[in-house]
Amino acid sequence: MESPTLIGTANKKGQIYTDPKRLFFEAQRTPAFLTGSEVIKEAIRRASVDVMVAYPITPQSEAAALIGELFAEGYVGDYMRGESEFAVMSQCAGAAFGGARVFTTTAGPGTLRAYENFPMWAGARLPIQVIVTCRGINSPLNIQPDTLEIGMILDTGMLVWHAETAQDFFDWILMGYIVSEQPDVHLPLAVCCDGFFVTHTKDTVNLTPADMALPPYDPYRSPVPCMDMECPPVRMMRDPFVMKSNYISYATHASWQQEIRAACERSRKHITSLLGGLIETENVNNDIVIVASGTAVSQGREAIRLLEAEGLKVGLVKVKSLRPFPTEEIRQATKHAKWIFVPEFNVVGWLAREVSAVIERNDRVIAKPHVAGGMTMPPEVIVEEIHKVIKLGKGELVHG
Amino acid sequence: MGKDKIRINEEFYDIMPVEYRDMVEDATYGKEDRGWKDIGVHKELIEEHSLCAGCPESMAFRYILASLPAPEDTVMVGSTGCTSLVFPMVAVHNIHSLFGNQNAIATGLKRALTVRFPNRVKDVVVLAGDGATVDIGLDMTLQAWFRQEKFTTICFDNELYANTGGQESGLMQKGFVAKMAPVGKKFDKVRLPEIARESGCAYVVNMTVSQPGRVEKVIKNAVHIAREIGPTYVQLYTPCILEIGKQSMEGLQEMRDSEKPTQRFAFKEYISDEAKAYLADLEAKRKAAAASQVAAKS
Ligand SMILES: Cc1ncc(C[n+]2csc(CCOP(=O)(O)OP(=O)(O)O)c2C)c(N)n1
Ligand code: SF4
Repeated sequence: MESPTLIGTANKKGQIYTDPKRLFFEAQRTPAFLTGSEVIKEAIRRASVDVMVAYPITPQSEAAALIGELFAEGYVGDYMRGESEFAVMSQCAGAAFGGARVFTTTAGPGTLRAYENFPMWAGARLPIQVIVTCRGINSPLNIQPDTLEIGMILDTGMLVWHAETAQDFFDWILMGYIVSEQPDVHLPLAVCCDGFFVTHTKDTVNLTPADMALPPYDPYRSPVPCMDMECPPVRMMRDPFVMKSNYISYATHASWQQEIRAACERSRKHITSLLGGLIETENVNNDIVIVASGTAVSQGREAIRLLEAEGLKVGLVKVKSLRPFPTEEIRQATKHAKWIFVPEFNVVGWLAREVSAVIERNDRVIAKPHVAGGMTMPPEVIVEEIHKVIKLGKGELVHG
Repeated sequence: MGKDKIRINEEFYDIMPVEYRDMVEDATYGKEDRGWKDIGVHKELIEEHSLCAGCPESMAFRYILASLPAPEDTVMVGSTGCTSLVFPMVAVHNIHSLFGNQNAIATGLKRALTVRFPNRVKDVVVLAGDGATVDIGLDMTLQAWFRQEKFTTICFDNELYANTGGQESGLMQKGFVAKMAPVGKKFDKVRLPEIARESGCAYVVNMTVSQPGRVEKVIKNAVHIAREIGPTYVQLYTPCILEIGKQSMEGLQEMRDSEKPTQRFAFKEYISDEAKAYLADLEAKRKAAAASQVAAKS
């Protein structure tokens, strides 16, 4: 079932399907001053999306509505509002089973309502892309950014990336489809950001030309059959898969789960070639290194500027991909550090936990500062935590 | 489009499972008038099943699969329950995703197939138990109808949750003592066929599967109407002989008893005027085609 390449041909909106690498790295970029939500729209305009399913929840409602406008303009194959996030994620699954490129957005309580679907997406190898614009999870009622939900999505089998800026968002949404649709990967992708901080603030973003689009999804390059009866029907399994006390079914399920994790690992090379690596580093030869993801990276950068003014040099690791997790990269980047600070916008410190789990001498990890429930993280708070450790420890290792 | 779609590489022919070879040679794909009478003569798209011996769900499955107007362009959506033990053996593409979300899955699927094949008909048929359709998935069942999604929903109503061992379901009769209904079910059988009609289904049928010819007609109507007019709903009594304490041979009698005129599965068919006109038109076209074939031969 080989599909002929459509690169160089025009879609119904006159956009030219362009080789992804050309689109990302060679095409002329034009700066635009946009909110994060508008950036999502601009990425989807160029993403050749077949089906988008929407449901309102702050702070992603605006993006979901803007994609509706794109549908009205003819850039998206179909668009609908589902009845709940559980239904939305199921509708996305149905569309992906049917061979469509699928997009949706969600946040906070909606993400959790949808939850049963995420491991199912991964298990069914559906390369759906969901934007998670993180927000606090009730109760008490909260609509502010809080990244607790990323910690909860990490073990679903999906690829998970955490965008710092609107520019990351624009690039990663487009690159994300290319990575997640590789036959050796073929997994769903959650592109996360810290709601409001990214979705509702304006930033200058360098956009690729609006008359170029990603090549369409080819469902026949999938490791599982596309559900369209275009290839010979198969009995999916010869034996009932849920029968208990059946060694084969245990083995099938167990090896399938391992295969999903292996597929996630295989995405590394594709992420590296498109996103330039799973992490980005600055000055990591210093005694103190900040490891962060999302907008905590920006706050870390500001803190580093303040510390530099005092004459203290601090390194920075920006974690872009959380799944696959950059285990080796983080080991290397923190090898010289005496203290590793992990500032986070959540109360549990899941990133600190992840970092601690993979490095040697993990008592170097200081899981601080944490802000939660939508509070901002002034760089001074990071500086203060660093000061505390240096002062208290007089150069010796101390827990914050 | 016919069974030409399925070809076996000649080199692999002798090592293919026998039922796969049967399907290639004897499938009724592309056969206009396929129906339940092909069962046993031609490939009926299901070889074996792992339901309890004598479970009426297995009959229902066979009749339905034999009645699909275009299995070569049909995708089925199932749900967790006894039916999910059969789906792995069904020779049309089918999706098992979760429990209760079948109409949401079908919604996305139908839309994707419409985007991908704008000039071809792809039928989508949902088939799930009463727990999936009427309890956990009711919201998604109804919303698909409100939205007028063009696919058929079939509910295997065994009046309880069979796969988890016989718990109360919304379609269970009032007063029935079941697991999790220790003093008897407190409320009436949910009137989903009526709700389906009010929710916008163009064709609704409530019946048993005791008469294969009738099942065939209903399924064909339901799939054809869903293609052109709007959502359709078929509720079939497929008693869980295990949980109501019947022998393997007693399923058929149980259905016959419950379809008597005053009983809860007396045949009831609702068809909208638009759907009626559409079916009449289809029938007229079929007759005209048959007549012209006869004329061409003579
Ligand atoms: C979210 C969720 N809740 C509960 C279950 C357990 N479960 C599996 S099958 C089933 C009952 C199925 O009943 P029904 O839909 O009537 O189908 P039947 O088995 O009677 O054919 C339940 C409750 C599940 N799989 N998923
Ligand atoms: S448990 Fe009941 S419904 Fe399920 S297969 Fe057995 S008889 Fe049929």
